[in-house]
Amino acid sequence: MTTAAPPVSDAPAAAADPRKSVVRALMPRSLGGRIGLALLVLIALPCVVTLPWALQNYDAQELTAERSEAAPSAAFPMGTDRLGRSLLYRCLMGGVISLGVGVSAAAIAVCIGTAWGMTAGFMGGRIDSVMMRIVDVLYGLPYILLVVLMNVAFRPFIEAALTATMGAAVAGSIANVLTLLLAIGAVSWLTMARVVRGQALSLANQPFVEAARCLGVPTPRILLRHVLPNLTGPIIVYATLTVPQAILQESFLSFLGIGIQAPVPSWGNLASQGTEQLVTFIVAPSNMKWWLLVFPCLLLSMTLLGLNLLGDDLRDRLDPRANRGGEND
Amino acid sequence: MTRLIVVRLLQLPLILAAIFAITFTLAWVVPGNPLENDDGRRPPPEVIEAMKRQYNLDSPASFLSGYLSGLAQGDLGPSLIYRDQTVGDIIASGLPVSATLGAAALAFAFVFGTLAGVVGSLFPRTPLDLSSSIVSLIGISLPSFVTGSVMLAVFAGLLGWLPPGGWRDSPAQVILPAITLGFIPAAYVARLVRLGLADVMRSDYVRTAIAKGRSRHGALFGHALKVALLPVLSFLGPAAASAMTGSFVVEKIFNIPGLGEYFVAAARDKDQFLILGIVLVYSTMLVVFNIVVDATYAFVDPRIRVG
Repeated sequence: MTTAAPPVSDAPAAAADPRKSVVRALMPRSLGGRIGLALLVLIALPCVVTLPWALQNYDAQELTAERSEAAPSAAFPMGTDRLGRSLLYRCLMGGVISLGVGVSAAAIAVCIGTAWGMTAGFMGGRIDSVMMRIVDVLYGLPYILLVVLMNVAFRPFIEAALTATMGAAVAGSIANVLTLLLAIGAVSWLTMARVVRGQALSLANQPFVEAARCLGVPTPRILLRHVLPNLTGPIIVYATLTVPQAILQESFLSFLGIGIQAPVPSWGNLASQGTEQLVTFIVAPSNMKWWLLVFPCLLLSMTLLGLNLLGDDLRDRLDPRANRGGEND
Repeated sequence: MTRLIVVRLLQLPLILAAIFAITFTLAWVVPGNPLENDDGRRPPPEVIEAMKRQYNLDSPASFLSGYLSGLAQGDLGPSLIYRDQTVGDIIASGLPVSATLGAAALAFAFVFGTLAGVVGSLFPRTPLDLSSSIVSLIGISLPSFVTGSVMLAVFAGLLGWLPPGGWRDSPAQVILPAITLGFIPAAYVARLVRLGLADVMRSDYVRTAIAKGRSRHGALFGHALKVALLPVLSFLGPAAASAMTGSFVVEKIFNIPGLGEYFVAAARDKDQFLILGIVLVYSTMLVVFNIVVDATYAFVDPRIRVG
């Protein structure tokens, strides 16, 4: 996702711009990684680019009974849903929401996981074992329960805060999306914490950290200036792999009816509505409204595939724990 | 090895107590319960009063003491949403179903994943290797409701080979859901085996075996596979617990009466008894499977000792 953004450089001396070289380092090298990036650009970009238009037209979607569940045509490339809304529009908007939830939840998970793992690994000793036992115990809890309970717990506060600043009509929907991403982010950081902790543990005994400590650099500064930069590799890798996980969880929850609620679309709840077509398919295949199932599922799967391909590419190059080169990959 | 198992078994109640404490706190900190629903699903006031008194729902402390004394006698309490069943009944009826499905799914994942990994590594950089890694990548990327839907449409609808869902009518009903549920673990197993084999096949002892005249196949099956399967073991532990306590999505698609539905309902409607009961079952299974995995590990690889 982030790699898809063009390098932000306002200076003509781009070769010397360190940000540009970071972007270059993140560009995929393998065929798989390139396919992944291409898939993401192809799917995510239209979703994001059309967002202003989609928001503007959100209220203007006509609900027309006679156009209900129309097959794909020139006017409606992906057909229409039961209420006669364009499925293309729903998928574009749903994409923004799914991707948004995925990326922000992953960002939350990365922040918590990095902070937790770095502290545990760097401090070592008793602090480390207590912090990691907490992670172990949290691993023992079923995530869906945590997500749902947190969703219920956060919801009233966020909804109240939003209703105060904007209209109650919009507040409900936005609160729904916000609580969901908070809840998913708050439970997805465990793997990140373990990975970062392992790295931080080995960094803590490196000579340059020793040197910094001898020079009297305060611990927070050592963590931020000396340890964190050395953790960028694994962090980026696992962040890329956390995004598809978060999107997947959003879609599962929406599928189960406890995620994003209608009328707000997400790939998860669109696909879940589409699966109702399966019953029709088994009873009478010719009556099946296939587009309702195929398009959301296809978009969701292709995005996840793209993110995984990109994550694998990055992992092979950046993660010191990954396989040491050789015959494969 | 005996020491390892004993140490882990002694830790078991501690871990469970910690998990219980967290779940209990969550279940009480988060507001509301099924008796306070504001819609038509709420039982009449006198029933609420009676239930509150009977199950000590007035305060967390009295609930806790009541629950723990019930737990000591093996009673997991009543369900607040399914009022004609106790939590014990729900688990007794749902767990065997979910466990059977989970076991079938894991067996599929293990066999299929190992096969794909071995094939990929026996014929590296061939179309076979490529297709095995593409299939496993797709497996990781597809949500199970998509794989489930496709399987249902193709094998139950289009071809009519297998029943579309349900549970108790015929053994064939387990096949589609088990493959759907096992698809993602299978993909992970395939990758672990593939990467593990690539690593082990480069190690000195395999090189020695090949130098002494063992064929590549012989070295792979006779020496490398055993070691390469170790990471698979540690992956299967947690995977087993989550697969056996029910995948909500797969059970919903294939209309299977497992624990999944109760799990979601318990969390959504905040049925404190059901939440605690299911979490206890889930966590016990998770911890026990991890112990089994560690014990197997130590059995398979004598270098490993309890740390």
